[in-house]
Amino acid sequence: MIRLTNLTKRYGSFTAVDGIDLQVPAGELFGFLGPNGAGKTTTLRMIAGILKPTSGVVQIGGDDLERKPRKAKTRMGFIPDRPFVYDKLTGAEFLRFVAALYGQEGPVIERRMDELLRLFDLAPWKDELTESYSHGMRQKLIISSALIHQPEVIVVDEPMVGLDPKSARLLKDLFKEFTQRGGTILMSTHTLEVAEDMCDRIGIIQGGKIVACGTMTELRHQFAAGDASLEDLFLRLTGGVSDLELGHVLDR
Amino acid sequence: MSSTADVLVVPVPDPGVRTVLLPKWRTALARAREERSGTPLKLLLLALVAAGFWSAVFTVAYRVLLYARSAPEIGSFLPQKMLGVILLAFASILLLSNLVTALSTFFLAKDLDMLIAAPIDWLRLYLAKLCETVAHSSWMVALLAVPIFTAYGIVYDGGPWFWLVALGAFVPFLLLPGVIGAVITLVLVNVFPARRTRDLLSLVAIGAMAIVVVTLRVLQPERLARPEGFRNLVDFLGALQSPTSPFLPTEWTADIIMNWLNRVADPLPIVLLWSTAGAFVVLGALAHKRLYRNGFTKAQEGAEQYVRGKHWPRFASRLLGRLPVAKREFIIKDVLLFFRDTTQWSQLILLAVLLLVYIFNIRALPLFTGERVSVLLVTMVVFLNLALAGFVLAAIAARFVFPSVSLEGKQLWLLCSSPLDLEALMWSKYWTGTVPLLVLALLITGVTNVLLQASPFMMAVSIGTITLYTLATSALALCFGTIFPQFDTENAAQIPTSFGGLVYMMASVCLLGVVIALEARPVLQFVRANQAGVPLEIDLGMALMFGASAALCLASTLMSLRIGLKRIRDIDA
Repeated sequence: MIRLTNLTKRYGSFTAVDGIDLQVPAGELFGFLGPNGAGKTTTLRMIAGILKPTSGVVQIGGDDLERKPRKAKTRMGFIPDRPFVYDKLTGAEFLRFVAALYGQEGPVIERRMDELLRLFDLAPWKDELTESYSHGMRQKLIISSALIHQPEVIVVDEPMVGLDPKSARLLKDLFKEFTQRGGTILMSTHTLEVAEDMCDRIGIIQGGKIVACGTMTELRHQFAAGDASLEDLFLRLTGGVSDLELGHVLDR
Repeated sequence: MSSTADVLVVPVPDPGVRTVLLPKWRTALARAREERSGTPLKLLLLALVAAGFWSAVFTVAYRVLLYARSAPEIGSFLPQKMLGVILLAFASILLLSNLVTALSTFFLAKDLDMLIAAPIDWLRLYLAKLCETVAHSSWMVALLAVPIFTAYGIVYDGGPWFWLVALGAFVPFLLLPGVIGAVITLVLVNVFPARRTRDLLSLVAIGAMAIVVVTLRVLQPERLARPEGFRNLVDFLGALQSPTSPFLPTEWTADIIMNWLNRVADPLPIVLLWSTAGAFVVLGALAHKRLYRNGFTKAQEGAEQYVRGKHWPRFASRLLGRLPVAKREFIIKDVLLFFRDTTQWSQLILLAVLLLVYIFNIRALPLFTGERVSVLLVTMVVFLNLALAGFVLAAIAARFVFPSVSLEGKQLWLLCSSPLDLEALMWSKYWTGTVPLLVLALLITGVTNVLLQASPFMMAVSIGTITLYTLATSALALCFGTIFPQFDTENAAQIPTSFGGLVYMMASVCLLGVVIALEARPVLQFVRANQAGVPLEIDLGMALMFGASAALCLASTLMSLRIGLKRIRDIDA
């Protein structure tokens, strides 16, 4: 459902994403992990069509994002890491506007909007301007907006940031249900427990390259890690901090 | 961890004003470097437009000054009065600009959380933020002042030290509106929440600007050009004095400059200006110490409870029913955001005042005094009216069309990741800006031409030109808005006064100048034919000139939209 071929992004002489090849089939929740600045968000924003790749191909449901952007984007819902919405629109107006961007309107959208707002406990605030929403409420509104047009693919950057435990649990269940129904999710996260618990496969990116990819069992096998947790594997691959360095930093 | 026996005494850090301002300074340098690394053609264009604009301001100032200085009887003090009025106009602009900027720099800026949490002395934070406010609000006025002061320096042969004197007079002059703006904002934020204050400030600023414009207009400064219209010299001198006062810092600034130029040794205005500026900074600092903490806390509270225009979208949906759903909702969204953001819609008040003053100006022309006026004069006034209307339209486009792409800023992720065609976005932005602008353009030109009793030929030339120019200037505004986007601004009202806004205005005025220059010859032909009493013959030269003017406007429109579209596609949201 999502296919990346030799995807590259360069900023001048700096290569943020270095020739990534990846395929995420329908019905899979793929977790994208990596240290800060590894290239996760850049990759996700290229898949969402927000950043233009320097080279390489992004395909959504078989449609090339560069050649058939509108068709590819219609299949997709994107949830960014920073919840920027129009401050002077109400929650309901924002969802209606997003649905319109995907060419949808009418009673079906109104009903779906009410369902989503109720699901995320936003119904009492649906007619309030979003400038009065908290960070978590904005995040939930954006998640609702990514689902309003019933996408086949969801690309999501750090979905749990700012969510309360109830909403986080709700989102986990929602994503699992979405993939069980044949949807595809590509999710980046720093919460390794979430990744280990939810993802069918995991890719670890460092320096713009995928350095490891597979199910938890495959990853353990690949790196002869026995029963190691994802955290241990992640630190082994991306380089942890030694006790000596910690001691040095805390010394006065 | 250290044991309790050897607890370290951490020295209290003392970051200075320079340290607090360093990130802003570095940002400005990085932006300048980015501009410099642009294509040579862009840099050349920028340099040409800036040089053209400065030369034009200098030439006008120089000629007016030469004329004023040589005027019999009043030539000795008219230039000083002119400088006083110019500085008074500058001070009004600076006060309004500082009011709007101070709210952003002191209460809404993104770096404030970090700065307030850091161990920075309150006085240094105040001084740093004051410097930032003054620099941000004043750079445009300072740029405009350079050619005007240069003209004074050359006409009066001020010598090489004149610049130092002008700088010494101008710095405290810039500081005063900054302090006043910061204090007013501080008091307002303590009374209202910041978001409400922003709305209120916009209204206050726009209202004050409207009052200044109307007051200056009601004073009828054009009477000064006709001393014979006064009953006696005392009345005339009274009119000369009217907009200024010896208690205004603008007068002290003008006195310092003119004293140097007239070789008069009088330290009083220098002492008055610098001591007042110093006292204001101290008083501002005391107010800051007392009110800032409470104000900053309040600034983070409160959002708008009342939602304006909740039912309007349903009506608009029906009105725009034929458009595809994405385009229709996009237009509705833009209109809703415009009327819900007080910083934006309040500018309509100023627009209305400017238009009234404009029509009042036309009515005040000597054409209506009953005396017989030649066709040449009427035609020239109609032609100049066309240029003036063009300038007014460019200024309106700078306010409303130029910021439209910047205002999408933080939400661009949504538009770029959706299947919305960016071409549709550009067209939507273009037409929602252009249609009201075009209606306004036709209204201004039509009404004023009827008032001026323009001939059918001049009416056709005016209407045709203003239509094509409006299409072009609106496209230019959109294009420059995408080339110089201000995605991180906290206040929409600041976008038109950014560097990009200035470049747009310069480019737009240049286009207007070329269009007017191209059409001057055919218009002159019309006047000559009229004077000779022969019917006007449309020859090849005339057709070529009008054709070139139309082609220039259309080419500017298409090229601007194309460049704008390319730029918006290349923006990495």
